[in-house]
Amino acid sequence: MTELHLPWLELSVLVPVVGAIWVSLLKNRDRARIVCTTVCAVTLVCAIGEWLDFAMLGTFEAHDHWDLVQSIFHHDVFVIDELSAPLLPLGALLYLTTVMTTLRTKSNRFSFHWTLVSESLLLATLACRHPWLIIVLLAVATIPPWLELRKRGRCTRVFVMHMGLFVTLLVAGQALAGPTATSAIQPILAGCLLTAGALLRSGVCPLHCWMTDLFEKATFGTALLFVTPMTGAYAVMRLVFPIAPSWALQSIAILSLATAVYAAGMALVQRDSRRFFCYLFLSHSSLVLVGLEMATPIGLAGALCVWLSVGISLPGFGLALRSVEARTGRLTLYRFHGLYEHTPFLAAMFLLTGLASIGFPGTVGFIGTELLVEGAVEVYPLVGLAVVAATAMNGVAVVKAYFCVFTGTRHVSTVRMDCRPAERVTILVIVVLTIGGGLIPQPGVESRYHAARALLEHRSVEHPEISSGVDAGHSAPSAALTGNKASE
Amino acid sequence: MTMESVLQFLGLVVVASPAVLLAALGLPLLCGFALSEGIQARLTKAGVVIGLLASVAILGLMLATGLRHVPIELGNWVSIEQEHFHFHLKFVFDRLSVPFAILSFVLCGTVGAFAAVYLHREKGYARFFLQYALFLLGMIVSSLAGTIETLFFGWELVGLSSALLVAYFHDRPGPVRNGHRVWTTYRLADAAFLIAALTMHHLTGAGDFQRLMGAGPWPAGVAAIDSWSALAIGSLLLLAAAGKSGMVPFSGWLPRAMEGPTPSSAVFYGALSVHLGTYLLLRVSPLLAVSLPLQVLVITLGLISALFGTLASRVQCDVKNALAFASLTQVGIITIEIGFGLRYIALIHMIGHACLRTLQLLRSPSVLKDYQMLEDAVGEHLGGDVVNPAQTATGFQLWLYRFAMHRGYLDALLDNWVVRPFTTAFRWCDGMERRWTNLLSGGASRESDQLASFSESLEDVA
Repeated sequence: MTELHLPWLELSVLVPVVGAIWVSLLKNRDRARIVCTTVCAVTLVCAIGEWLDFAMLGTFEAHDHWDLVQSIFHHDVFVIDELSAPLLPLGALLYLTTVMTTLRTKSNRFSFHWTLVSESLLLATLACRHPWLIIVLLAVATIPPWLELRKRGRCTRVFVMHMGLFVTLLVAGQALAGPTATSAIQPILAGCLLTAGALLRSGVCPLHCWMTDLFEKATFGTALLFVTPMTGAYAVMRLVFPIAPSWALQSIAILSLATAVYAAGMALVQRDSRRFFCYLFLSHSSLVLVGLEMATPIGLAGALCVWLSVGISLPGFGLALRSVEARTGRLTLYRFHGLYEHTPFLAAMFLLTGLASIGFPGTVGFIGTELLVEGAVEVYPLVGLAVVAATAMNGVAVVKAYFCVFTGTRHVSTVRMDCRPAERVTILVIVVLTIGGGLIPQPGVESRYHAARALLEHRSVEHPEISSGVDAGHSAPSAALTGNKASE
Repeated sequence: MTMESVLQFLGLVVVASPAVLLAALGLPLLCGFALSEGIQARLTKAGVVIGLLASVAILGLMLATGLRHVPIELGNWVSIEQEHFHFHLKFVFDRLSVPFAILSFVLCGTVGAFAAVYLHREKGYARFFLQYALFLLGMIVSSLAGTIETLFFGWELVGLSSALLVAYFHDRPGPVRNGHRVWTTYRLADAAFLIAALTMHHLTGAGDFQRLMGAGPWPAGVAAIDSWSALAIGSLLLLAAAGKSGMVPFSGWLPRAMEGPTPSSAVFYGALSVHLGTYLLLRVSPLLAVSLPLQVLVITLGLISALFGTLASRVQCDVKNALAFASLTQVGIITIEIGFGLRYIALIHMIGHACLRTLQLLRSPSVLKDYQMLEDAVGEHLGGDVVNPAQTATGFQLWLYRFAMHRGYLDALLDNWVVRPFTTAFRWCDGMERRWTNLLSGGASRESDQLASFSESLEDVA
């Protein structure tokens, strides 16, 4: 297998672990915040290094140079491919921006060392393709939010029940599937269990209530970090997509589509800003799943593009909301707050990222949404209509929330509510990514299309009857996408 | 230098000038630099004048050389060759787009000059001009678009800037609610537009108007699709146009849009934005020639909108609302003209009406002062219209009056039959979710139910 020039993956995973140990030993919260920010920045540099290095190699998959884990366990544990390569820097950026926008007044509520632990777990999950290891990492990643809920004295039953079921379904499904499962040879029950588990983690309706409950009870930052990296969709791609038959994928697409429309409708009637954000995110992540399960090159490429655009825009949207909440307390959406004059930068970021998430022209989400709708219409025209309807409702919900939070009245403040420099930098970075990705979309689209073809070709190798629509001459990945194949 | 390269250069200047203006006004704001009012006004003036001069030069060259169709190809913005997916950036200068682009520059320039004085020292001065630049860019892109995707791009920019400008006075709830209403209507229209664009893609394999409307220059093209496909695409585009132009049943947003500052009301809802729907119909007018049912639909919608507009405008209590409905009447008539295939008449009507309405709306804040000045100049009271002697109104007349006064009950109808069932259904779902999480939690599960706004405010701490 092709090697990266440096052990970027191991560094990306280990740096936050070391940082977490360091931060946990610090008594001073301000110092902990600064160390945490520095560690997140170093992790982001490693993740970007991995992405650039991988892009320069021009291969489908690669593993670390001086792979320490491989030399110990004799297994390629950390391997990246075209699907996961951009997801690592995206995840690292999410953590850095979240930590950077955490106000000093909230330092005592937001656990920095557990944040670093969860960052390490996320990056390890994204850099890993072995099914059992993914399941273990996904299971362990549920612990930091649970600990926070316990620490805050909140009821954890909804979260524990759903996450317990999620882990049980994945374990049972993978145990039944065994290491030789492919899309041609796989027990139906195993596929169903894995699918149910991954969909539960993605919040597919009606198994989504844990997500709104988490946003109600955990800190906004923790909920944001647990939900927005879309590890549920990643689990679908790693555990279900390679082995599921086409009919199963299309069933997932229909369920996801129903969730997207339902969540968009629910976002419109929410009276609490966090619940609104949760439903908005749920609708978008479900749209990503719709495209992923279309199993057509254009639909899948669209979904991968939307994955990235939603990964940039909605965390930005959530962080803008979180920053406003950090100044005012939790926001309701049934009355106007009129905060524009006090926080014009946050208002601009809120609107811009919200519009980017719905695929507004000139923003990073535009082309991805176009591709997604195009792909959906190709398979079922009615699915395309439903995607357009969900997007339209999300658009209405975003602007409604903007008007409620930032306009409608004149807010009188006795304290300054300006953006801090760190927040301003975060805003600028997200705006540059949002607009830059929107104005120059071709490189991103090309890369995601290439990844989509590779994923589909892998499926067609294992399941020849689904190879229609994928050219034989296109460069195919030589090795398997999952650890199932690797362990054969 | 060949004629083609000169036209190419001028075409790029026309499109680039509003884009550069938007960047020049937006980037300093983003970086935290506040430009002075004078600089913003001068930048706006420069952007509009450069664009206008370039478009007039193109018109002159086209008249001089007899060219009727000048495409400006910017290549593929995005393309996936294997899937034949192209997002083609193409602008077309023809007998339809050039007058509309010049009209956009002239009216935006007029309104920009007016607003620079009208909004002097207003807190939202910079915000107004930023949204104005966004609107101008949207209008130019829409009017010159050579593909349906490019038109959609501009169409969305116009929608967003319009909704934000309706909510310009955003420290009052009224304008904000109205801005949201406008945005909601626009989203519906946009959804219809997007579906039409996708359908067009599937039927013709491309979004290029030339492929759909035939190779001839506007208005000579002949649509290359069958009548049923034309009806399907045309109906969706008609819905999009109705939403954008405030035709029935979406007329409710038109008076609400008058909550914005007068300059934006004048240029958007009286002149340009309100005509964008009819412009779209003109652009796809070869479709109408293919399908008789589509023609009938267009004429019927235009007729209903014109009748409704004329009724409603007669009973409005303020000048801006009266002008808004008067605009609707004219838009309805223009739609009828398009339905009958009178394309040049419709284009001339549109340009004339846009200019007149801009003048009327810009003068509306000072109409009483103008009247008094006129009386002072004449030296006596002006007679005005002769008021008819009072007559007993029939039941039908009273009903008609109420109908017009309540603006055709259109808002109430949409609220009762669309919005309320929708919110009721989803609130019921929300209630069921609450019961479910309460059951799982063994008690009240939603903290947000108990929260009042700003309960944890930093200000309380302070």
